[in-house]
Amino acid sequence: MTGINNSWVIRGARVIDPANDLDAAVDVLVREGTIARVGRALQADAPNLDADGLVLTPGFVDLHCHLREPGLEYKETIATGTQAAVRGGFTTVCSMANTDPVVDTPATVALILARAQAAAAARVFPLAAVTQGSWGTQLVEMAALSEAGAVAFSDDGLAVADARMMRHALEYSLLVGKPIVDHCEDPELVQDGVVHEGLTALRLGLRGRPAEAEETMVARDALLARRTGAHVHIAHVSTQGSVDIIRAAKRQGVRITAEVTPHHLTLTDEIVARKLNENADAALAYDVNAKVNPPLRTAADAEALIAGLNDGTIDAIATDHAPHSENDKLCEISQAESGISCLETAFSQVYQLVRSGKVTLPTLVSKLTSEPSRVFGLPTGTLSPGAPADLVALDLDATWTVDPDAFASKGKNTPLAGATLPGKVAMTFVDGKIVHAVDRFQQRGAR
Amino acid sequence: MPLDRKDLLDLDDFSSDEIMLLLETTSAMAEILSRPIRRVPTLRGKTIVNMFYEASTRTRSSFELAAKNLSADLVNVSASQSSVEKGESLVDTMRTLLALGADMIVMRHWEAGAPYLAATQVQASVINAGDGWHAHPSQALLDLYTVQKRIGRIEGIKLAIVGDILHSRVARSNIWGFGKLGAHVTLCGPPTLLPPAVLDAYETLPNLTLSYDLDEALQDADAVMMLRLQRERMAGGLLPSLREYSARFGLNRERMGRAKANALIMHPGPMNQGVEITPELAYSVQSVIEEQVAHGVAVRMAIFYLLAGTAERLA
Repeated sequence: MTGINNSWVIRGARVIDPANDLDAAVDVLVREGTIARVGRALQADAPNLDADGLVLTPGFVDLHCHLREPGLEYKETIATGTQAAVRGGFTTVCSMANTDPVVDTPATVALILARAQAAAAARVFPLAAVTQGSWGTQLVEMAALSEAGAVAFSDDGLAVADARMMRHALEYSLLVGKPIVDHCEDPELVQDGVVHEGLTALRLGLRGRPAEAEETMVARDALLARRTGAHVHIAHVSTQGSVDIIRAAKRQGVRITAEVTPHHLTLTDEIVARKLNENADAALAYDVNAKVNPPLRTAADAEALIAGLNDGTIDAIATDHAPHSENDKLCEISQAESGISCLETAFSQVYQLVRSGKVTLPTLVSKLTSEPSRVFGLPTGTLSPGAPADLVALDLDATWTVDPDAFASKGKNTPLAGATLPGKVAMTFVDGKIVHAVDRFQQRGAR
Repeated sequence: MPLDRKDLLDLDDFSSDEIMLLLETTSAMAEILSRPIRRVPTLRGKTIVNMFYEASTRTRSSFELAAKNLSADLVNVSASQSSVEKGESLVDTMRTLLALGADMIVMRHWEAGAPYLAATQVQASVINAGDGWHAHPSQALLDLYTVQKRIGRIEGIKLAIVGDILHSRVARSNIWGFGKLGAHVTLCGPPTLLPPAVLDAYETLPNLTLSYDLDEALQDADAVMMLRLQRERMAGGLLPSLREYSARFGLNRERMGRAKANALIMHPGPMNQGVEITPELAYSVQSVIEEQVAHGVAVRMAIFYLLAGTAERLA
């Protein structure tokens, strides 16, 4: 099902394009994989595509996901991860560097780009590590990696623990003008914590990861960014205190940006201890699929993150899609790998915030499109004429039940199995080509 | 009234009626133990596996004696002498034990939640014999039984639990057990081992209080439960020294004078005599430490008996 040379006139949708401050019922003309025009009653010789009743936006841009290739293909590949991405409406994904080997040479960046060229359903922009092997002791060759195609630098999975190393990484990044992305959790305060240090950890007898482990490092990074004038991007912000620190730093003009995950916005640590079944007296579970770093926090933290999203403190929603195999998770909770397979549930998770009136739809779309593209300086996330025709059509009235076995991702690790979520990604386009369509839209392109 | 459960994982989701049923059944088992021949055929043909991932003297041997008194076949497996050493996963080990015919698995594990994982993976009853810092329900039941037997009631008594609350599965299960049966429980220890948020974590228990002053915690207490202080807490930066801990939180004759005249002295063992308790008190007439151990067998017989009854009804 393709239009002639990936050309379409998509009609009937409510089009939301925050990059152009647009929210209107207009047509979108796609010519040869590129946005040609956006406007009312467009006349063109391209095939019509009926998007009546849908919301059409730029394809989502994910600043943070783990595609696991090279080296960890048993968890995910570039092919399966990007298939999951387009099902979730993401047409651009930035892949994290903690593969095996770690992305710390131009050759590995080139390998990822070549694999993406051959097998990816979505656009892939790789991150490289900050330090060689992510060991935290010697900087990577940022200039060479940047030329090879790295869009940012991160030791994600680990913090850049040494403050002096972080300072020099930020200084050196001025050479390439690309952000340093930090996974802020002070290893000394985290120790071998498993879940948020709070009431659930106390009740379950689990080691905690205190909020302050994140906040002290966010504060450190903000101060170092202020000193160096470099751009620091805070990965997966999870606490109220971090939001306060980032807000204050932004007011001072520090070049600091931040992202938040769907799970930190919508779930709390209590889900780790939910009941094994519906019976009121059923035993508690230790849900390893809710184990993620940083951990799920409290309702007050989630509210602060939503406020940060609304007032611009938090720039983007990023999935931190972290697929793991069944064996990585089916074990004692401290031994289990951390992370949530998120690409295919992300939009519906955050759309809940629109349904509950906490975030407006245009704001939500901006945090998934124009804003993340701005943070990493990517050419996507917009419907401006000349931009690649990466689009997503959303059926906001639909609801669906999460079935991990039906995921395109190899990672079935989600705490949302069985949950009913609102809003469904109906169609996804990359370069004007339909790369995903739910059943009832399969035939629309043929009309 | 039967107990309608497959597993015993903790007391947090037990009703007070269920806990009372366990205590009444313990009393019946204690009667069996007082007979010249202590063995009854109740669980003949049943296979019980003691699966211990962590060292234990009293818990393991009392589960073993309890199983034998009920004529069950018992297999002892310790992780250090099993395929766990070869890297076998918990889930595979559980499935292996099930394939060998285990009807019940008694599990001690260093990790909070491990018995919960086991319980979801096998049809056998799983009995938590202590998981990490989380829970030790059979210990709490024998502590409840000991107090019930000595004082005649749980409701309304004042119990002080003293020491390393943060890392104590015994404390956590006793907070639920004594709390649910209406005792006033005061937790006492240094702030690094007793975070104030504990009270919020157990907000459903109205009679729980916290004190950083042992004298205050002991005032008019009916019973005091001293917890073992692990020596690695000093290296972890949680305590400056044993000397300071002992001076502030060690139980001695003078301090015990603040409690009621015949207040019970309890300890789940193993004790650090001279640290959390003086030898003089550990072996005093007020001490019920050895009684606790003795009651452990009857409590565990009651657990096996009631869970086996559930299995029979489900079969």
